[in-house]
Amino acid sequence: MKRVIDCKKILIDIFITFFKIGLFTFGGGYAMIPLIEEEIVNKKEWLNSDELIELLTLSESVPGSVSINSATMIGHKLARRAGSLVAVLGVVLPSYIVILVISIFSRIFYGNEIIKAALIGVRCAVVALIVKSAISFIRSCSKDIISNILFFSTIVITLLGIHSILTIVLGAALSLVLGHNDVNKWIG
Amino acid sequence: MIYIKLFAIFFKMGIFSFGGGYAMIPLIQKELQKFNKISIPDIYNLVAISEVTPGSISVNLATFVGYEIAGFLGATFATLGIIMPSFIIILVISSYLMKYEEKKLIKDALFYVKPVISALIIVAAYYVAQTSIFKKDINLYNIMDIIKKPLSYVDLKATFILLIAIIMIKRHNIHPIAVMIISGLIGILLFYIF
Repeated sequence: MKRVIDCKKILIDIFITFFKIGLFTFGGGYAMIPLIEEEIVNKKEWLNSDELIELLTLSESVPGSVSINSATMIGHKLARRAGSLVAVLGVVLPSYIVILVISIFSRIFYGNEIIKAALIGVRCAVVALIVKSAISFIRSCSKDIISNILFFSTIVITLLGIHSILTIVLGAALSLVLGHNDVNKWIG
Repeated sequence: MIYIKLFAIFFKMGIFSFGGGYAMIPLIQKELQKFNKISIPDIYNLVAISEVTPGSISVNLATFVGYEIAGFLGATFATLGIIMPSFIIILVISSYLMKYEEKKLIKDALFYVKPVISALIIVAAYYVAQTSIFKKDINLYNIMDIIKKPLSYVDLKATFILLIAIIMIKRHNIHPIAVMIISGLIGILLFYIF
């Protein structure tokens, strides 16, 4: 009986955590990463930093929006299927509710100068927060020449408007061909 | 049935949206021509709203388009449609990942994907900066002009907020949500009151 209650408790905890993350994600999915880091790694200590980077890298390499992918994956890691379900609901509900409210009262939101001014300020903070997450990702990377080439070529081609799926696939292929001994064993 | 149609459209978009919400916009435009209810400028307005409201751009787009076409239930079905594909794909991958975790296969396959994702996150920061810190479009083509007169490209007030945010994060280790709220308040002070 106690286990059932514990189960419920962790699911509610996951839901609330992802609701909070969804509510404060401004500027698309990648802006979620600093919040996930703070809540899941630093505060709740559900995952360590390396595990999180691994999960995020994987969830960003498959189709779908970054926010839904990472919520599903982290939820699954924490509490299997039920965990991923509550994590996705948590991360989606805030934007669903906010957009519904905005669609209903759209006139009040369009062109409100105070809201506009506040949001410019928020976006400045988001830039700093995303860069901070990027730094912890970069630190987890290998420093060899191939990693460097992949890193800089991805920046250039993305800025030129070419889809990054090319370098993601290239990166995965290179890892499998050149990668670790474990991989070689598995293939051979 | 309009609801099932909405669900199907956004389900399809969920499958093909590789690389987040922005990549969805051309697909959405094409699908919406069938409805004649939402114009293209509406979509761009919504993308602008999505950038300033919480949540991922794809979910915001689905909720908005669904609501405009078929009200509350339309919003619900469209949102469910966009969530489903990634939810199913990730569940399959996660179950598989659990089995092979010891073998570190996935971990090794991601070895050279990490620098790519790092680069994508840096680019995401740049996109957000373009809606706040940079006044003009900054790209690879006008890089010489930027080096010559950098001040005409950055908004000084916004840069000031950015510096305060960096200090809050680095020196004082303040929670990201608090950093955003404080920066929003400074934004009101600098951009509305002054």
